[in-house]
Amino acid sequence: MKKFSWRGLSIVIFICVTAFYLAPLAIPNLPEWWAKNRLKLGLDLRGGMQILLEVDTSELSAADARGAVDQNIKIIRERIDQFGVAEPSIQKLGENRIMVQLPGVSNYEAAENLIKQTAMLEFKLVVSGEEAKKVLDTVDLNISNNLSFFPKLAELDKKDKSILADKADSVKAGSGVFSSLVRPGEVDFEVQYSDVRLIQDLLADSLFQQAVPMGYQLALDKADTESARADRILHVLSSAVELSGADLAKAKVEYGSSTSTDPRIANKPYISIEMKREGSRKFERVTADNTGKRLAIVLDGVVYSAPNIQERISGGRAQITGKFTSSEANELAIVLNTGNLIAPIKPISTSIIGATLGSDSIRSGSMAGIIGLIAVVFFMLVYYKLCGFIADFVLVFNVGFILAMLTAFGATLTLPGIAGMILTIGMAVDANVLIYERIREELDQGKTPRSAVDAGYKRAVITVWDANLTTLIAAAVLYYFGTGPIRGFAVTLAIGIIGSMFCAIVFVRSILDTFVITGTSKKLSI
Amino acid sequence: MRVLKNANIPFVKIRYYAYAVSIILILAGLGGLIVNGLNWSIDFTSGVAAKVNLKAKDTSVAPLKIDKLRSILKSNGYPEAEIQFVGPEEDATFMIKIKSKTSASAVSSDTKTQILEIIQTNLSDYIKGKDLGKDVIEEIYEVGPKVGGELRTAAGFAILISLLLMIVYIWFRFEFTFGVMAIVALFHDVFIIVGIFALTGKEVTVQIIAALLTIVGYSINDTIVIFDRIREDLKIYRKEPVAEVFNRSINQTLTRTIITAGTTLLTALALYFFGGSVLHDFAFAMCLGIIFGTYSSIFVASNLVIDINAITHKEKQTMQHLTKRK
Repeated sequence: MKKFSWRGLSIVIFICVTAFYLAPLAIPNLPEWWAKNRLKLGLDLRGGMQILLEVDTSELSAADARGAVDQNIKIIRERIDQFGVAEPSIQKLGENRIMVQLPGVSNYEAAENLIKQTAMLEFKLVVSGEEAKKVLDTVDLNISNNLSFFPKLAELDKKDKSILADKADSVKAGSGVFSSLVRPGEVDFEVQYSDVRLIQDLLADSLFQQAVPMGYQLALDKADTESARADRILHVLSSAVELSGADLAKAKVEYGSSTSTDPRIANKPYISIEMKREGSRKFERVTADNTGKRLAIVLDGVVYSAPNIQERISGGRAQITGKFTSSEANELAIVLNTGNLIAPIKPISTSIIGATLGSDSIRSGSMAGIIGLIAVVFFMLVYYKLCGFIADFVLVFNVGFILAMLTAFGATLTLPGIAGMILTIGMAVDANVLIYERIREELDQGKTPRSAVDAGYKRAVITVWDANLTTLIAAAVLYYFGTGPIRGFAVTLAIGIIGSMFCAIVFVRSILDTFVITGTSKKLSI
Repeated sequence: MRVLKNANIPFVKIRYYAYAVSIILILAGLGGLIVNGLNWSIDFTSGVAAKVNLKAKDTSVAPLKIDKLRSILKSNGYPEAEIQFVGPEEDATFMIKIKSKTSASAVSSDTKTQILEIIQTNLSDYIKGKDLGKDVIEEIYEVGPKVGGELRTAAGFAILISLLLMIVYIWFRFEFTFGVMAIVALFHDVFIIVGIFALTGKEVTVQIIAALLTIVGYSINDTIVIFDRIREDLKIYRKEPVAEVFNRSINQTLTRTIITAGTTLLTALALYFFGGSVLHDFAFAMCLGIIFGTYSSIFVASNLVIDINAITHKEKQTMQHLTKRK
């Protein structure tokens, strides 16, 4: 046995660590604790969806705001779990942002809606007839007095007036600025599809909300997914909340039988809800006091259905029927069960990557990597002969080491990360080149292989340190200030630098000392 | 085998030609920046980028023309949409980009939904029989105005901080003039590449910023290897004129400079040709960076040190302060 050397020990550790973290990629059926250390692929490589959400805490007190983000994360996590996504990642970013990553999801729209929905459930009484008309008249009056605040309506008003001069429009409900957008339907007001977006924007506008008289609220009904371009209904509601999501105990999707006499549920999915004890009492009182009126079920300001109250309902059971598909009904049940978000959230950036693109990227990325690797290996072999071979041999370990370290840090491999790794291959041999060139110079001066290697290393190592430390600074800054994929890139770069320095200074040196320069060999193949 | 063994190229002597070349390149880039500006990707400007496959399953449907898609988007409220083919025309894969130019026309969080709706209603022939999520959408990025602005500041900040830290490191290891000139050479590299991006109108994405930072790391690496040799040679040849010592050092490290540039360029070229469309521009920037980084290490950084030194240390012929043994 040779005598102990730190260099030898560090190489053994280097190889063991690399083997430990790479084993799960190569060997199936490893024990659970071992196999779970697997290199994760980034969303850009496996496809999926990433949403960055911002929590709007402006309406909460500072103390509530702090808890709201965490509470929201909990609710979003529950929703996603119930939706069924493998390995989702939900993280808090900074003060009030949430990053949600859903690998492998292809039903993007549903997933996004499920996450961002506040799911504020409210039961409100519908106002109809003369009272409703009066509300619209007031809205008209308030708007025409402040027309300058509503540029879109002002524009419309101008256009309308010029048309009206030619022919009287008999279909429209009123001549007011706002009411000209709606026409009276059988019970409520109807909105033409072309005006729906305008009305939606108005309803979300806080200035417009001020134009609606106190105690009332306007709301559109839910769009029908099957006929997206159909006209919509505008309800006038009393703004008092009779019952809210907090009174809800459980929501469940059910299917009406095809023989059901109720056309609203026949052969269609609906949600049956069960109320808490307090809620059932409230529900009973509301239905008793308002028999004959209609009760709107409003979720996030959209009326899902507005059934007639036929009689007093005790027992706290109700149904939400409406125009939804079975998947919509499922999602609705999830959001009702998980409760409403504490503060509204808004997606501020979304990325969707199709699965095909991801696998294409992996394929072309590894292709480029292999070609680059072969080119570099070939060059080193030709140029430095045996020493080149040693550098190549070590380079393979270096690449393995980068992959192993990425696994160890729980980093995800992204496309820029792969690019960083490929470039590292090119740069990794730099330390070797520096050292070898120096050794050649020393040999030219007539030194023996052993003293040439010693002197060459002694001088070149200073340069290697100086040159690589500065690059390491760049990588560190990149990591610190970068986000997402850029961070992955910085980590790969830093690991690559450390790995290649170790390989050139320790690994290659050991091989040279142990196997190449034995005894008093006169020649060095370099 | 040896490349450029015992080279003796008068790099220091021809430095003014090199400066001229650099200034021309920088001026050209500056012109590009002023005339074209930079084509910031939606990561920075905010907006929506959607890559969609609109190849009809039914072979009897005529392939979708780019003009048709453009006019459909135009008539549905997106006249500013930029549309390009991705890959060969017969694949009918389109990249649709909508950038919000001002905060007034900011892209809202459901712009992508609207675009998909427009495609679904107007181009139903082309998506019939396909799953929207799996077969049509290849990728969609939507970046809100807030995030875009933040990212641009963060990227600028990251580059600035890393440059400052490098000056400090080189100052500590060498001398202040060396540190500053190394950074001048870096600015030179980054500026030329940014200029080329402005001239060609290529998009500046987050990946390009990463490439620029890698170039910064690579180029400084190259420069320091030469500086290191200069520091060493100044101690050995204490009586020789500075310019000669510098020239010798550059020549001594030339082989290493060329070989490292070569191997790195090999991998960057592999990325460029085989890395796929997503990495194409990244690899392009890297190739440029390696070329100009190497160029500036040889021709710009150390030569500038000579010139600056001549101004600041008129009375001395040698760099005494660096010839001391550390």
